[in-house]
Amino acid sequence: MIMKNWKVSQDELLLNGHVACQGCGGALAMRLALKALGKNTVITIPACCWTIISGDVLYHALKVPVFHTAFETAAITASGLKAGLRMKGKEDTTVMAWAGDGGTFDIGIQALSGAAERNEDIIYAVYDNEAYMNTGIQRSSATPWGAWTTTTPVRHPEDKPKKNIMEIMAAHGIPYAATATPAYPEDLIRKFKKAKEIKGMRFIHILAPCPPGWKIPSDISIKVARLAVQTGVFPLYEIENGKKYTINYLPPEKPPVVEYLKVQGRFKHLKEEDVELIQKMVDENLNNLLRKHELTHGTLENIPKPEFYK
Amino acid sequence: MSFKKVLTGNHAVSYGAMLSKVEVISAYPITPQTQVVELLSELVADGYLNAIFVTVESEHSAMSACIGASAAGARAFTATSAQGLALMHEMLHWAAGARLPIVMANINRAMAPPWSIWTEQNDSLSQRDTGWMQIYVESNQEVLDNIILSYKIAEQVYLPVMVVLDAFVLSHTSEPVEIYDQEKVDEFLPPYNPQYKIEPGNPIGYGALAAPDTYFEFRYKIQRAMENALDLFEKEGKLFGEIFGREYGLVEEYMMDDADYILVTTSTITSTAKVAIKKLRERGEKVGILKLRVVRPFPFEKLRHVLSGRKKVGVIDRNISFGHHGIFYQEIKSALYPMENRPPVFGYITGLGGRDVKVEDIIDIYEDLKKRETVEDIIWKGVKL
Repeated sequence: MIMKNWKVSQDELLLNGHVACQGCGGALAMRLALKALGKNTVITIPACCWTIISGDVLYHALKVPVFHTAFETAAITASGLKAGLRMKGKEDTTVMAWAGDGGTFDIGIQALSGAAERNEDIIYAVYDNEAYMNTGIQRSSATPWGAWTTTTPVRHPEDKPKKNIMEIMAAHGIPYAATATPAYPEDLIRKFKKAKEIKGMRFIHILAPCPPGWKIPSDISIKVARLAVQTGVFPLYEIENGKKYTINYLPPEKPPVVEYLKVQGRFKHLKEEDVELIQKMVDENLNNLLRKHELTHGTLENIPKPEFYK
Repeated sequence: MSFKKVLTGNHAVSYGAMLSKVEVISAYPITPQTQVVELLSELVADGYLNAIFVTVESEHSAMSACIGASAAGARAFTATSAQGLALMHEMLHWAAGARLPIVMANINRAMAPPWSIWTEQNDSLSQRDTGWMQIYVESNQEVLDNIILSYKIAEQVYLPVMVVLDAFVLSHTSEPVEIYDQEKVDEFLPPYNPQYKIEPGNPIGYGALAAPDTYFEFRYKIQRAMENALDLFEKEGKLFGEIFGREYGLVEEYMMDDADYILVTTSTITSTAKVAIKKLRERGEKVGILKLRVVRPFPFEKLRHVLSGRKKVGVIDRNISFGHHGIFYQEIKSALYPMENRPPVFGYITGLGGRDVKVEDIIDIYEDLKKRETVEDIIWKGVKL
């Protein structure tokens, strides 16, 4: 079985009493992230699905402490927690901000930029489900071009491309930025472990499928996230110190983007020419990334192709 | 050994924070607050204060950083003014709701537009209902003393405190201020050791969703904490007096013993009024001053007690609730309402946007109060019509 080769912690720091929807990418991502970070971790969560997922005020579904905070303050509340813990002699505790795409790409970007610029010693993880899912699927600046949401109805679907948050973070020159998805758990865990060992601002962008928001059956979240990676919609890569780009996986045969789009209800209204345009945008983004990888490493030959990516 | 130093109000705030051994400071610059944090950053850089100074990108983040730090069990401090305080509004609720004993100095400044950097109380009074305690101070010594006193009270009831001082009249005006011996301050103010804090290995969720069957009690407890703080202000203010020689209460009474007429003041208008009252007393007028110091929690009982039996009360407000009246005027009227023989209360609004309030203005107000037959809710003093 696949599991026997895992070299990851068997500790479950996310308890099974949490209240996420079935197939929630955000819940899977938290479970894996905490396997990497371990118990010496404290988390702050702004307004997002996870405000609900971790349990109401009488219950707590995580084996690490959580300080709930306001929508736009994840990065700075984490910075404050870190400062407080440092003054209390707990320098080695990992402080993580865990926010959705709305709290990161939109309302929280000011505090995020401030924390990144000051190189605060925190991990900032965004579980990106590409819309305001907790309030009922409204578009955010992380919503991809062409997607349906309740504020971008099919008569006028999202007409702006997804904001490139990784480039924004890279422009701050932070020590570490990486993309990840629960469809590639070893990669996600490796990145959180790597982040844990780095001092300064670390940013992890997680693509987190949302069955109700993406209009997919709850048992294909992983499949959809894997297709996002394989089609090049969501490449897995790392940026170190804002300069060093490393792509972690390049599929030998890249399936067309329609394979990713056609399994999701939020894209079902798209016409052939829309799909072509998305394909063009995806190819362009991936080519840009490949050029940056090549600029960093002098070659594309070194992009790893481990078994588990397939 | 304690020593005296000539300090601006802003620097008195900084030294108050230093003596309180704050551990995390986070602030964003705004006139007229900047010197508070400039000096604090120097005190931290020079090692006089063992603290982390987080130079954030907004006041909203300054308060959020204090919230994070305080949640982790550190003593947190910030200072701001007007627009900055308004930007913090959401997080002021958060600090109180999370029961974090943060202390901040707010330099009273008028809200824009039109732009103003001068003193007025509408900025802090707009934050009246956030769950923060508020103290309005009159002198630079009172500034320094009340930063220390605030932590002592805040950390017992787990609520934050705002120490409020007038822009320029205090913030940029120098006075001799006694800086106390650190050992004595330590004796008065022990290290912060909260009952609950964010710490690794103790998996508690703070501030999660509270359904209607649980939320209500959180609010009830904040009110009870506020009520408990009333007694603490008197108890700790008295203890402060025993240790440092300056006693503080909920209010300050000035020449009130035999006074028929009382002017209620706050902040630096009080000092001006004291000069006016001395002159009036020389003329044989039976007038005194009641300085409101602590306005959240509001000292209802104290006010009923000291205003009972007076002929007339005039409340001087450097603020206004548009569509209503002066804010302290409303609050004092509501405090006196249950009294059987309550004195008539008259509302004076003056000094908005930092317009100077002179000794003659206070004398005018007194003379108007004395001769006025029927109660007026708003009597404008000094507005150009």
